[in-house]
Amino acid sequence: MKRQGRSPTFLFSCLCFGFAFLYIPILVMIAYSFNDSRLVSVWTGFSLRWYGALWENEQIIDAALLSLRIAFVSATLATALGTLAALAITRMGRFRGRTLFSGMLAAPLVMPEVITGLSLLMLFVSLEGLIGWPLGRGADTITIAHITFSMAYAAVVVQARLTTMDRALEEAAMDLGCRPMGVTFDIILPLIAPAMLSGWLLAFTLSLDDLVIASFVSGPESSTLPMVIYSKVRLGITPDVNALAAVIVAIVGIGVAIAGWLMARMARTGAGRSA
Amino acid sequence: MTTARPERLWRRTVAGVPYLWLLVFFLAPFAIVLRISFADPLIGQPPFTPFYDEAQGIQLTADNYRFLTEDDLYWVSYLKSVRIAAVATLLCLLIGYPMAYGIARARAVWRNVLLLLVILPFWTSFLLRVYAWMGMLSGQGVVNKTLLALGLVDQPVQILYTDLAVYLGIVYTYLPFMILPLYATLERLDGDLLDAAADLGGRPRQAFLDITLPLSVPGVVAGSMLVFIPALGEFVIPSLLGGLDTLMIGRTLYDEFFVNRDWPLASAVATVLVLILVLPIVVFQRFSQLDREVTR
Repeated sequence: MKRQGRSPTFLFSCLCFGFAFLYIPILVMIAYSFNDSRLVSVWTGFSLRWYGALWENEQIIDAALLSLRIAFVSATLATALGTLAALAITRMGRFRGRTLFSGMLAAPLVMPEVITGLSLLMLFVSLEGLIGWPLGRGADTITIAHITFSMAYAAVVVQARLTTMDRALEEAAMDLGCRPMGVTFDIILPLIAPAMLSGWLLAFTLSLDDLVIASFVSGPESSTLPMVIYSKVRLGITPDVNALAAVIVAIVGIGVAIAGWLMARMARTGAGRSA
Repeated sequence: MTTARPERLWRRTVAGVPYLWLLVFFLAPFAIVLRISFADPLIGQPPFTPFYDEAQGIQLTADNYRFLTEDDLYWVSYLKSVRIAAVATLLCLLIGYPMAYGIARARAVWRNVLLLLVILPFWTSFLLRVYAWMGMLSGQGVVNKTLLALGLVDQPVQILYTDLAVYLGIVYTYLPFMILPLYATLERLDGDLLDAAADLGGRPRQAFLDITLPLSVPGVVAGSMLVFIPALGEFVIPSLLGGLDTLMIGRTLYDEFFVNRDWPLASAVATVLVLILVLPIVVFQRFSQLDREVTR
């Protein structure tokens, strides 16, 4: 790169500073998970006791399992709905109410969580009064709330793929007499499968991470992992949360490595590449 | 054109199912919030007056909105939220722009690695990244230890539970949202323009100011809105890192609902917040459309 708008040293130090800013807090948090002391910021020696405490904390384990279950179901349904919505926006031409549809689809991306949470709770309470469903609130209502806001993200990812991909194959199939449903299942879906997978992963992460919306629409019996973490750290720092953070960072790291490997392999075999 | 029945059914399903879902679980809840914001609070289940009463007919009251204007708490919360979100957005821009520029200028092999490094924290828990700063900023945390070691302060300074911590938290968690759209516009910037400027004797600084900066405006606006809009309604960061006086509207709404249990007032707070957000959202949409047209 020969073109230089600004001195490379300046940009290089900006990058170093920026990445230090992004990563030092996470590294410090992980480092203190191995600290023997209960006082989080005083180092007294290496220990794995907080990982043991984490493993024996049934509240955290149960909450993690509940969160994973909700994230799996909501990500799957959100990807299905988001893909349908993206198909409707990109392949259906004009239909009645399209403007309202695309507006509603984009709005959850920018809506503050407190508002989404509050309004969904109001809906659930009103519905319960009117038709007796949902009876109380819990995992089901959290799942519905997560589907609603994460389908917008899944739709954005799939839509990006649908608008940029070459339509020659679809048109060829249409010319040969294939009907839209057949085109969708035989040609479009295989081509957008990698985008659907990215959308699913994004929806899964968003669901796993959500505190505010879940706090509004959950019941007394269903505390998700972020809710348990929040109630622990609201009062200050606790070392077992550091251990939990280290575990999550490790899982994400492994996940990213596997995803990178899979994508590299897909690129090599030619699957998932743009036509 | 005659379409077979399964085809028509398929077309209806593709648009209809997500449409119906959004109507029921996105639009209807807003209508309900709007309607409850005009109700009176009540002790009971649900804790607000019904829309229609056999004895009194349709019941609507603007009391909640009147209360919002009268009680300082809400004014202060709205203004402080706008200020904190705006300043944090500016800080993100100041840190994010050189980073995005640096990544766009890096060698192709490095670019993807650097981008991955920007996105990676986003995949780990947001809540835990905010929590990481609780540890960093506490009395004996890394920041205070560093300041003490450098001799900049004599004793630990209170950073945690102040506005400063909230700024740090917002900049930290939302920085990737600023960098990614900036990178997208900077990366596809036409290098020929810069070459032409250099050939014509323009100095790099001049070329940056005359070409790069104006052409990256769509990215600047998109990134700023992606930080400003969610930061405005932020709840987790002010409640974990802020002090008791760090009144941001997301937190005030949360407390109004969970602590005071005043559903109608919380609904009114939410309605006003949505109205405040309309302007930045419209700006964001306009610019992303403009951006698409420019690059087409």
